[in-house]
Amino acid sequence: MFEIFGIPSTALFGQLLLGLINGSFYALLSLGLAVIFGMLNIINFTHGAQYMMGAFAAFLLLDWLNVNYFAALVLAPIVVGATGIVIERLMLQWLYRLDHLYGLLLTFGLALVIEGLFRHRYGSAGLPYALPEQLTGGNNLGFMFLPNYRAWVIAVSLVVCFATWFIIERTRLGANLRAATENPTLVRAFGINVPRMITLTYGFGVGLAALAGVLAAPIYNVSPQMGSDLIIIVFAVVVIGGMGSIMGAILTGFGLGIIEGLTKVFWPEASSTVIFVIMAIVLLIRPAGLFGRRA
Amino acid sequence: MMKRLLGLAALSAALVCGTAHAQQVNVKIGVLSDMSSLYSDIGGPGSVAAAKLAIADFVKAHPDVKVDMISADHQNKPDVGTGIANQWYDVDKVDMIIDVPNSGVALAVSQVANQKNKVFIVSGAAASDLTGPKCNANTVHWTYDTWMLANGTGKAIVKTGGDTWFFLTADYAFGHALERDTGAAVTANGGKVLGQVRHPLNTSDFSSFLLQAQSSKAKVIGLANAGGDTINSIKQGAEFGIVKGGQKFAGLLVFASDVAALGLPTAQGLTLTETWYWDANDTNRAWTKRWQEERKGKFPTMIHAGVYAGITHYLKAVVALKAAADGKAVVAEMKKLPTDDPLFGKGTVRPDGRVIHPAYLFEVKKPAESKYQGDFYHLRATIPADEAFRPLKDGNCPLVSG
Repeated sequence: MFEIFGIPSTALFGQLLLGLINGSFYALLSLGLAVIFGMLNIINFTHGAQYMMGAFAAFLLLDWLNVNYFAALVLAPIVVGATGIVIERLMLQWLYRLDHLYGLLLTFGLALVIEGLFRHRYGSAGLPYALPEQLTGGNNLGFMFLPNYRAWVIAVSLVVCFATWFIIERTRLGANLRAATENPTLVRAFGINVPRMITLTYGFGVGLAALAGVLAAPIYNVSPQMGSDLIIIVFAVVVIGGMGSIMGAILTGFGLGIIEGLTKVFWPEASSTVIFVIMAIVLLIRPAGLFGRRA
Repeated sequence: MMKRLLGLAALSAALVCGTAHAQQVNVKIGVLSDMSSLYSDIGGPGSVAAAKLAIADFVKAHPDVKVDMISADHQNKPDVGTGIANQWYDVDKVDMIIDVPNSGVALAVSQVANQKNKVFIVSGAAASDLTGPKCNANTVHWTYDTWMLANGTGKAIVKTGGDTWFFLTADYAFGHALERDTGAAVTANGGKVLGQVRHPLNTSDFSSFLLQAQSSKAKVIGLANAGGDTINSIKQGAEFGIVKGGQKFAGLLVFASDVAALGLPTAQGLTLTETWYWDANDTNRAWTKRWQEERKGKFPTMIHAGVYAGITHYLKAVVALKAAADGKAVVAEMKKLPTDDPLFGKGTVRPDGRVIHPAYLFEVKKPAESKYQGDFYHLRATIPADEAFRPLKDGNCPLVSG
């Protein structure tokens, strides 16, 4: 066993792995934001609330209908995604031609309303959600104890991130979608229903947030403010990666998770600040973000 | 001339009316709490409900007292809290402010009450400095404080063999105070503090900190944090096999609402100290039933009970003086009268403003032992009133030494 800066290497490997796991949450959430911004030009501040709704949906499905965790992993994103579609049809669709600020204000206001409603109904302390039995326990990797659930989170996150990137960047559907954001009139002329595609994209982005919420429910406190604690960090991740860049959001999510994990060892007090320091530096050097294109 | 006469007549009429009403005492109480964020379940609307009960009960016995109540949200920001306190005391003619969870806000409001010579009764905040170096003649601290939590839980655990400690500490005034007070209690009883890690407030992922606590090999991991931070620590501790690995959590500030949020399967076996438990006796259960008429499906915390008891005692002092205007006089009267209310029983208010009553060491039940909703705790020990709180001479309160 050797030491790096006075920290045993085994401990350091453990922290790196944990950082990667946290990064998978950041990646999932920032991916949804990046998809929505890239395709709709909307800065979706409701994302944190929708992540929270995902966790609550998992709880309510279990509580009311006895739906287990794995079914909730599929159902909750669909249910919450459907509420996203309603929001898009009723409100967001009127804002695409306006300044970004309008979308930001609307979604921010919605986030406050949704959080307030959940707090009114369920209180602020939180609700219990147990680990699914199949995923309890863990393995000793020699340098750390890895709970099975964390391994599961990282696997799900990697699969979903890759699939999303693949669909948008490498399939015909994704090509249509990207074309529609560049020039909707022309794409419509080819007989493609652009508004419907945009609506479904928003629903999909919201579904991703809800999926992250279900993944978080067994390990994080399920409370109305769980989203607002996380959303600011996720926005920093998206800004660092470059607004609207899918691959940028994924890579920065994992990367920042690792950096934050290391900070928790060397200077724990600064672990909530380090991401914003990096954001400031990146914005100074590359205003469009690490992977962003200049507008 | 006629105008002046009329004016005089009006003035004397007002004076006459004034004396006619002098029999009636008017009091205005402000419940200042966290209504919308992480502490809104331990204080918040539940504190307002408790205040309403206290006022209703008191007015029934004393029809000559008229009590008004208002409430507001301090959003856990000291500047917002002092802003509201200033307006309430100056413009809205509030005589007394109660509750104020979040030590940062409470310390700020305590200063305002002192400057304006009004009354401030703390139920929601924990910092023992409120009756220590920062004490003043206008502030009374009910329910609990960091010294009492540290001493109750810390001492009990060291005595049952948990003699090496590692702290997970929330990185702000309250966490530091709790860590300092608990560390002192552990060392004083023959234990040892092996280390600590300070985490930012409202952290969602504790795995890194838990791993550090795990590798410290300490027998006890002391959670010098509150609310969501405590819940996340324990929830993820279970996931990382902390308790299975032979280490034990000591929740230094855990409320009934936190236990409900964790669920008994995760929270079972946790040792904690509180000064009031809804299911402790028939009186508490009856009170809880009344409280639940407004807060359906919830269980009151000791903070809510403290709000009820604090208002009851305050109104007694006001009635004894027949006036609420002079804050220092009212607080002096509160210190003179022994406290006696259905929820906390008999007690005293010390010269430094600390209210003295017993504290209880609880252990969270196993899921199989819990017979109905809200059946959370086993009573493990009762800490008598004279041992539960910091001795008067150790607090460095200027009111005592000066």
